[in-house]
Amino acid sequence: MTAQDVVFCLLGVVALGSALLVVTTRNVVHAALWLVVTFGAVAGCFLVLTAELVAWVQVLIYIGAIVVLLLFGVMLTRAPVGPTDELDSGNRLLAALVAAATAATLSVLSVQAFHGAFVRLDQPSTAAVIGSALFRAWVLPFEVISVLLLAALVGAITLARPDVGTAGSR
Amino acid sequence: MHIELAVVLAALLFSIGVYGVLARRNAVLVLMSVELMLNAVNINLVAFDVWLRDTLHSGQTFALFVVALAAAEVGVGLAIVVQVYRLRGTVAIDDLDELTEPGVHRD
Repeated sequence: MTAQDVVFCLLGVVALGSALLVVTTRNVVHAALWLVVTFGAVAGCFLVLTAELVAWVQVLIYIGAIVVLLLFGVMLTRAPVGPTDELDSGNRLLAALVAAATAATLSVLSVQAFHGAFVRLDQPSTAAVIGSALFRAWVLPFEVISVLLLAALVGAITLARPDVGTAGSR
Repeated sequence: MHIELAVVLAALLFSIGVYGVLARRNAVLVLMSVELMLNAVNINLVAFDVWLRDTLHSGQTFALFVVALAAAEVGVGLAIVVQVYRLRGTVAIDDLDELTEPGVHRD
């Protein structure tokens, strides 16, 4: 175990623990806040893996934008703010079984496939390196993604318009 | 660093997301679980990129694309959830059963 392994394991334990709290807590707002902890720990994992730009993008977009958007969703749907039992459906046992089977299968497979594979973390992927790859080799997919974002934006505005679905628009 | 740590972390995070999607009843919480699954995929992409020393850095670039797609997905998803709440008055996905066959009871 190297020092990087230890730090990665600690961050992974934080991420997994807070992710478990996201899917089991009885309070919607607490779920969103634990999601922030999960995303922060995963950003730390990216930093350990020397993926600097992805880590900061994770902090900016996931913690800064997506969690705020989810909190808006919680507010707009008037979800109960206090603890409530209505957040879980009746098939929790089945869901836990399926999730445990997925976890066991994927973990065993990936441990067998990548046993002993070692990565030397000596080339930090700075924003300059990734930016140069992004705007040289990947510039066309990058533009397609921006068009997709624009389409999603327009679609979200159209869906959320107050006159859609009311008697006046039919 | 051993690559299997990253892959196992991604697998476990993905399974937690699967549990959330299947067990949660509130649509916003289902969206949160989907975000967890997307994050697990990102860990895999970054780990393999660093491991294989890709000169084009496709793993990290795809991770950035997945982040952008997640933002788009959560935007449209929340718009749909808000619209469903406006029309039906609930976001409990168990209660949105208008497309079930008549006479078929859900458990």
